[in-house]
Amino acid sequence: MRVSKLTDILLTLAPLPLALAFTSLALLIVGGSPLEAYRQILAGAFESPAKVADVVTACVPLVLCGAGLCVTFTAGLWNVGVEGQIILGAIFATWVARHILWPQAPVLTLMVLAGMLGGALWGMLAGLLKVYGRVHEIFGGLGLNYVAQGLVIWLIFNPWKRAEGATMQGTDPFPAPAWMPTLGRLRVAPLAVILALAALVVIYFALRGTRWGLELKALGKNFRAAFLLGVPSTPRMLTAFAVCGALAGLAGAIRCSAVYGRLIPEISGGLGYLSLLVALLSAYRPQWVPPIALFFAALGVGSPRLELNLQLDSSIGGVTEASVVLAVLLVNGWRALLARRRALQEEAA
Amino acid sequence: MDTSFLIQTLASIVAASTPVVLASIGETISEKSGVINLSLDGSIALSAMTAFAVAFTTGSVTLGILAAMAVGAFVALVVAFASITLRQQQVAVGFVLTLLCADLADFLGTPFVRKPGPEMPHLPVPYLSAIPLIGPILFDHNLFIYLSMLSIVATWWYIYKTQPGLKLQGVGERPEAAFARGVNVNRLRYLYCVVGGALVGLAGASYSLSIKLGWSHRHTFGIGWIALAIVIFGGWNPWRVAAGAYLFGLFKALGSILQRNPAFSGVPTQIFASAPFALMIFALLLVSSEGVDRLLALLPVRLARALDRAMRGRPPGGLGKPFVQG
Amino acid sequence: MRIELVDIHKHFGPVRANDGVSLTLEPGAIHGLLGENGAGKTTLMKCLSGYLSPDRGAILADGQPLSFASPAEALRHGIGMLHQDPLDFPQMRVLDNFLLAFDHRFFPDRRRGKALLQELGTRFQFNLDPDAEVMSLTVGERQQLEMLRLLALGAQVIILDEPTTGISAPQKAQLFATLRRLAEEEGRSIVFVSHKLEEVEELCHRVTVLRHGKVTGEAEAPFQVNRLVEMMFGRSLPPTERVPVTPGPPVLEVEGLVVPSYQLTVEGVNLCVRAGEVVGLAGLEGSGQRLFLRACAGLERTAAGCIRVGGRDLTGAPYRRFLEAGVAYLPAGRLEEGLVGGLTLAEHFALAERRGPFFLNWAAARERAAAHIGRFNIVGRPDTPVEALSGGNQQRAMLALLPSRLNVLLMEHPTRGLDVESSNWVWEQLLARRAEGTAILFISADLDEILERSDRVVVFCGGRMSAPLEACRTTVEQLGYLIAGKDVGCEAGNVRRETEVG
Repeated sequence: MRVSKLTDILLTLAPLPLALAFTSLALLIVGGSPLEAYRQILAGAFESPAKVADVVTACVPLVLCGAGLCVTFTAGLWNVGVEGQIILGAIFATWVARHILWPQAPVLTLMVLAGMLGGALWGMLAGLLKVYGRVHEIFGGLGLNYVAQGLVIWLIFNPWKRAEGATMQGTDPFPAPAWMPTLGRLRVAPLAVILALAALVVIYFALRGTRWGLELKALGKNFRAAFLLGVPSTPRMLTAFAVCGALAGLAGAIRCSAVYGRLIPEISGGLGYLSLLVALLSAYRPQWVPPIALFFAALGVGSPRLELNLQLDSSIGGVTEASVVLAVLLVNGWRALLARRRALQEEAA
Repeated sequence: MDTSFLIQTLASIVAASTPVVLASIGETISEKSGVINLSLDGSIALSAMTAFAVAFTTGSVTLGILAAMAVGAFVALVVAFASITLRQQQVAVGFVLTLLCADLADFLGTPFVRKPGPEMPHLPVPYLSAIPLIGPILFDHNLFIYLSMLSIVATWWYIYKTQPGLKLQGVGERPEAAFARGVNVNRLRYLYCVVGGALVGLAGASYSLSIKLGWSHRHTFGIGWIALAIVIFGGWNPWRVAAGAYLFGLFKALGSILQRNPAFSGVPTQIFASAPFALMIFALLLVSSEGVDRLLALLPVRLARALDRAMRGRPPGGLGKPFVQG
Repeated sequence: MRIELVDIHKHFGPVRANDGVSLTLEPGAIHGLLGENGAGKTTLMKCLSGYLSPDRGAILADGQPLSFASPAEALRHGIGMLHQDPLDFPQMRVLDNFLLAFDHRFFPDRRRGKALLQELGTRFQFNLDPDAEVMSLTVGERQQLEMLRLLALGAQVIILDEPTTGISAPQKAQLFATLRRLAEEEGRSIVFVSHKLEEVEELCHRVTVLRHGKVTGEAEAPFQVNRLVEMMFGRSLPPTERVPVTPGPPVLEVEGLVVPSYQLTVEGVNLCVRAGEVVGLAGLEGSGQRLFLRACAGLERTAAGCIRVGGRDLTGAPYRRFLEAGVAYLPAGRLEEGLVGGLTLAEHFALAERRGPFFLNWAAARERAAAHIGRFNIVGRPDTPVEALSGGNQQRAMLALLPSRLNVLLMEHPTRGLDVESSNWVWEQLLARRAEGTAILFISADLDEILERSDRVVVFCGGRMSAPLEACRTTVEQLGYLIAGKDVGCEAGNVRRETEVG
């Protein structure tokens, strides 16, 4: 009994060393030193208050999208369209920043709301394709991601191009009121952090303590039975997409208002896919999203340093992140397999 | 438009469709046996990078191809292990692998970015390539293109005409019934998932060694998702899947012809870049939307059934579900 | 080949499905295995045919011990089983189904396979089109295909698990004739698993009765029916009494209804059901009764005609409007469609309260769940996940989840897979509902249940509905012929082949 408990603990912790071993292997293949690389990543993420601020900033969109994905995953939906929803949020917020020339507070409020609206609409589109077109949300969402990517590049190169000519650098910087205030000289906007945490708390309680959350859970576990029990499936699924999209859109608005101060082609920067990993790793429980997001954000902020100091590509951060999730899936499966074998043995005994 | 231009265009469509054909045929084999290998997009990128890196380092295109197929097969093996032996969600495993492979390809491929490297040699088929019209379109290419055409015929013939093919269908369709007939369900699922993965690897190799030479970041750009959608569009039937892949190639070629046409110079290039994915959504709508059901219901029953049969395929009954004995 | 099962034990967790069963099967005889649902018949036969391996006990063939790890191995020893739901490949053609099991060369010889299929078919008067897709066949035809597969592979012992469920009367007559021939002329052993006394009485030479996983008795033909009943249930069944109910005003009116689908179109259905009335829907599986029932709940798209509930026209309205009008639909698959696996009972009761507040009060929800659990005798707690409940308790939970006031209750197979006690309990609940004025429409494959419980019966065949029959003036035979699409009074001998359905 004690032995099996020890195995249990070891298996719970196993994914991390497994993922690190895999990453180290990749580093060794290209002739890098794993230890040196990890040291660089850690230093790159935490060496100064400025770096820590960057990590927190990188964390914000991951928390927002991760919380949103907890909603869609609870409803049994694979909303892989987060990337596009971030982009649409950024586009809507940029429109506000460019066209509404009011003081800071109303402009920022409008930008946040517009971003949420844009993301929600893009999310709903994937939902509508699923509900009325029976196109699986993975294909609908992915297709819409690429369409959104095309849209943002078109905007930057055509109607919103810079005064001196279109470039991949993005639009002209926003007017001053459209910049989210940062904490002194650090690149972190307290308002963004507050918004992310507030969204997380709201999602946590919405999933636990409301009819809406219960109905989503029922739809996710058995769609047909939930429908027959009277859960209005279409509106619930669409709201799940809309809520997740709104949070992703909020992340997009924050990215262009607090981080870049303009719209850039890479405004989503793969965060949508990364937040899917965050949500998978959290097993769709919002309370686990912030620590995981923090870990991923640290990897994301720390790994570009490898390019500067070790001439290694920063995508190693992504390798580590994905391999952690893969290792968790494999180890979970392995534990379930062991449990099944044990149950069989006990039955035979 | 003169004939030689038309022939040239058709030949280039046949060539350019090769990776999509290979990947979607590979995925068809895997899904026919009941395993969804969702990792295609990453798997193709990783195998394309491997093919180029190995060919570049060793100077041997053959070794590059073999290495790419091994990579594709290995990724598929991970999918098979996680979903068959460990009974994890196939979609989750596949999706994570997509991201992992794509990042891994970027990381490991950095030293090879935009380097000139070896290329699959051009190899017209003797005699056949001399046939007017058909010859230059189908038989004046390199080995990849012939392999892709062969894979269509061979897969169809294997699945529908041979005994192991019947078993392959059975395992995907109703694993319990296959088991009752003495078929080792999980072993076959492993086998066909890995074989399908090897074809996906070949698709990657055809990319970096023939269609879009060399390696760069985001080199394969979403082609795996297109291939996955084409399997659905083609109703899990090799001929129709291949037709879908070539149709896609045709649309892409039309796009680039339009793009070069001065009349369309006002249309921004980004529209053309995202068009394939909009097309993908539209194609899936066409085969699965309820609206199409309603339109079909307006037709006479016989015609509606025939059209339904011609246009749509049913997924294998056991697709995506683990087989548990007893 | 003489088969002996000696002291077979098979447990599933705490459930003793087989608890020391011994049984001998003589060649050339039809052996009945009788017992109510859940008595352990199917488990025992799965052990004999290699689908399950027994925890303890032995299987002997002519005195030699046999052991096999799979159904394919069992079939190599000459033992084959036909499942209640034919274990075939619906999307593949008849010939491919046959070849998959039969021809092991790399290129199966289609011409030879076709010839063999036709030869076997003629021998037993099975008329199967080798090029048809299996899913276009009736259950009876799919059974015949499976039977041919077993015969082609040389099965000496053929086990049939409840083979008469879902097949028509002429198909049944043909099946019985085939089984007699296989046993009496060809010397094979047949095991006929059933919970229907009259069928066993008609067909079998010997019968073994199982109850709670144990053998409670054996008998030779001719059988004493009351003895068999006692062995099955431990007591004689009291005849159920019919409580007359005066029907109220019409609550469900259907006029000229057309429900299209790709498999089959339900056409021209007219039916008026009054408050408190029970209407049974009979028919082969896939004859349109399910399509019709689901259309009455707003779950299928209709092409013409109208549906009125309580006088209100709901034609084409979504499922929600039907719910609001007091219509409820209980599907057959309890964990597939009825309940949400992974949610607890308390969560279910909170979910079922459709007009409940947006913010949930879990303490109150648990209390309400506990109250329902007590009233409906569910063995479970508010925090029990529904998949941990037994089948009977799941059915109780589904009934408990229904709203308290209902106009129309639509049910598929209300007692499938339940033991007698649970079935009786279910019907008590339903009859109480009917006394409150709820009209009940139900589908059942059990014709006895239909005749016993309904006021009126309608029969579906190929998408058409018969005129309603008074249940108390109808016999099982009459229903059997209507199900097969024949007029009542048709001679049994005239019916060679069943009519095509769908």
